[in-house]
Amino acid sequence: MADLVSHPDEVKVVSKRFGKGATNLDRYLELDGYKAVQKALAMGPDAIINEVKNSGLRGRGGAGFSTGMKWSFVPKQSPKPKYVLCNGDESEPGTCKDRLIFEHDPHAVIEGVVIAGLSVGSHVGYIYVRGEYRYLSEIMQKAIRDAYARGFLGKNIFGSGYDFDVYWHGGAGAYEVGEESALMESLEGKRGIPRIRPPFPAVVGLWGGPTIINNAETLANVPHIIMGGAEWYAGLGPPKNGGTRLFCLSGHLSRPGVYELPMGYNLKKMIYEVAGGIPNGRKLKAVVPGGASTPVLTADEVDVGMDFDSLAKAGSMLGSGGVVVLDDATCMVKFALRTIKFYQHESCGWCIPCREGTDWLKKTLARFHAGAGLKKDIDNIYYLAENMLGRTFCPLGDAAAMPTMAFVKKFRKEFEDHLEGKPCPYEPLGRTMELPVLAH
Amino acid sequence: MRFSEQFEQRFTEMLGHYPTKRSVLVPTLLYAQDEAGFLSDEIIHEIAGRLDLTDLEVRNVISYYSMLTTKPRGKYNVQVCTNIACMLRGGEELLEHCSKKLGIGHKGTTADGLFSLEEVECIGACSWAPAVQVNYDFHENLTTVKMDKILDGYKSKV
Ligand SMILES: Cc1cc2nc3c(=O)[nH]c(=O)nc-3n(C[C@H](O)[C@H](O)[C@H](O)COP(=O)(O)O)c2cc1C
Ligand code: SF4
Ligand code: FES
Repeated sequence: MADLVSHPDEVKVVSKRFGKGATNLDRYLELDGYKAVQKALAMGPDAIINEVKNSGLRGRGGAGFSTGMKWSFVPKQSPKPKYVLCNGDESEPGTCKDRLIFEHDPHAVIEGVVIAGLSVGSHVGYIYVRGEYRYLSEIMQKAIRDAYARGFLGKNIFGSGYDFDVYWHGGAGAYEVGEESALMESLEGKRGIPRIRPPFPAVVGLWGGPTIINNAETLANVPHIIMGGAEWYAGLGPPKNGGTRLFCLSGHLSRPGVYELPMGYNLKKMIYEVAGGIPNGRKLKAVVPGGASTPVLTADEVDVGMDFDSLAKAGSMLGSGGVVVLDDATCMVKFALRTIKFYQHESCGWCIPCREGTDWLKKTLARFHAGAGLKKDIDNIYYLAENMLGRTFCPLGDAAAMPTMAFVKKFRKEFEDHLEGKPCPYEPLGRTMELPVLAH
Repeated sequence: MRFSEQFEQRFTEMLGHYPTKRSVLVPTLLYAQDEAGFLSDEIIHEIAGRLDLTDLEVRNVISYYSMLTTKPRGKYNVQVCTNIACMLRGGEELLEHCSKKLGIGHKGTTADGLFSLEEVECIGACSWAPAVQVNYDFHENLTTVKMDKILDGYKSKV
């Protein structure tokens, strides 16, 4: 459905089978499908975990935690069943990559889930797909049925004596449900209210059993690591940032799209070479580098490697891989308002700093946007956001606070331009005149 | 209350996937809504009964999820994303355009019951912005001209 793009700098690992008909099981097998599971069956749990640890694979869902490490936290012995849960809720604004994996390579996700299961001695995996992605849950369900029919899933997979079941599960619209503990609540048929941690899901997860939760892209990488080896995978990116990443380039770009590039790829190059630069003769103003929750970078800060550690050093985050590019006719106050409006809408309302904080921020920013900001409120916005940080049950509060603080800190002048009575000075430049950016 | 055979088949199958009955609730509600258009008191009562839940427990879950509704919507629910990536490429203008063309606002339904309009959060089409979902169908890289054609297309389907 969604258009595929390509660029010579791409290194295709997870996207290797995109556009090649791999939803068809026979085709998938021709393209080396289901070899990794068989290899993993022969390797055994410890060797799988070591391989994934050494590959430097870090979670593609946002936090960038070492995947092998996460798997090693699951207790070997457990009186309750252990589970694998693939997170395909994909709702962080700017992110549209898991969708392509489900659409083009659903069996790779299944394989990743099974290998994760083998590594911890689990026998059941769930693949959670957000409700809006109905056409993808059809694709996923068919892939699962086909795999069962060949004996790749179910009892005695590949004649190994090991049983493994994989089920699909659908959401019904909620960003917060992408948060790992809310995801489990949702799968158990409840409202997506997070759980207090510890205990972490690796110890007490679904129905009280130890549970591995990983993003769909993380899991789709696993079969490639098993086949290509940890050393090869680690070598694709800088130290401790193994592999490649699906970068979702969006916003004011000539060639937006999802590109698979090595970890650490330079952001400036990504914008100007891979995605064709800024259209309509405009200049770059800012970039949100890893989904809406990551602190904005100014045009002067884009000469940076796109990996977890380099972006952390630059004061932001690699997050979910959603790179949103803003040109110089964008009003940052308006952009900040739209960002906070999202978090206010999605807050589950459980804790006060997040529920009240996002609402208050939204109201204050709306006042600025209407040209009625008060000078003292510029500091108040920052102060309010700062006080939400680390004071909430789940990281959604931080996800709302961090970008807000960066907008105020880095674009203070634009807030000052919206004070008492002055209409938005950026709106008249307005893009309504030059829209749509795309000609076709 | 009667659901389709496909619904019943899926429901029975899903019950076998989890250690607790309740786990099928969210996907089941969405499937039920797809058939009936909205979650009526009758449907809520029926599903609650099947899963050993109270009606209130089911209502609590419904109110959490943005896709679930207890009110009828138009046959075609036009969901316009105005979140950041779409906003930068005209999502808000697209919403306004649809609103004018259909003569309804956010969560409104046309008098003939054909269209509803909704402003939605990111639908995972950011690299192909601005994007709209009509029921489950994605429409991407939109312009107002393309949008008109799409809406006319749905209209002529009836
Ligand atoms: C509010 C919120 C929303 C999230 N949404 C998603 C999501 O849609 N998909 C995802 O994979 N991870 C999401 N995460 C991160 C998950 O909590 C979890 O860390 C991740 O799925 C772990 O997988 P990984 O280690 O492979 O990244 C979200 C986190 C928060 C706080
Ligand atoms: S931080 Fe927000 S979303 Fe997370 S638990 Fe608290 S209120 Fe809910
Ligand atoms: S922001 Fe509109 S689809 Fe993501």
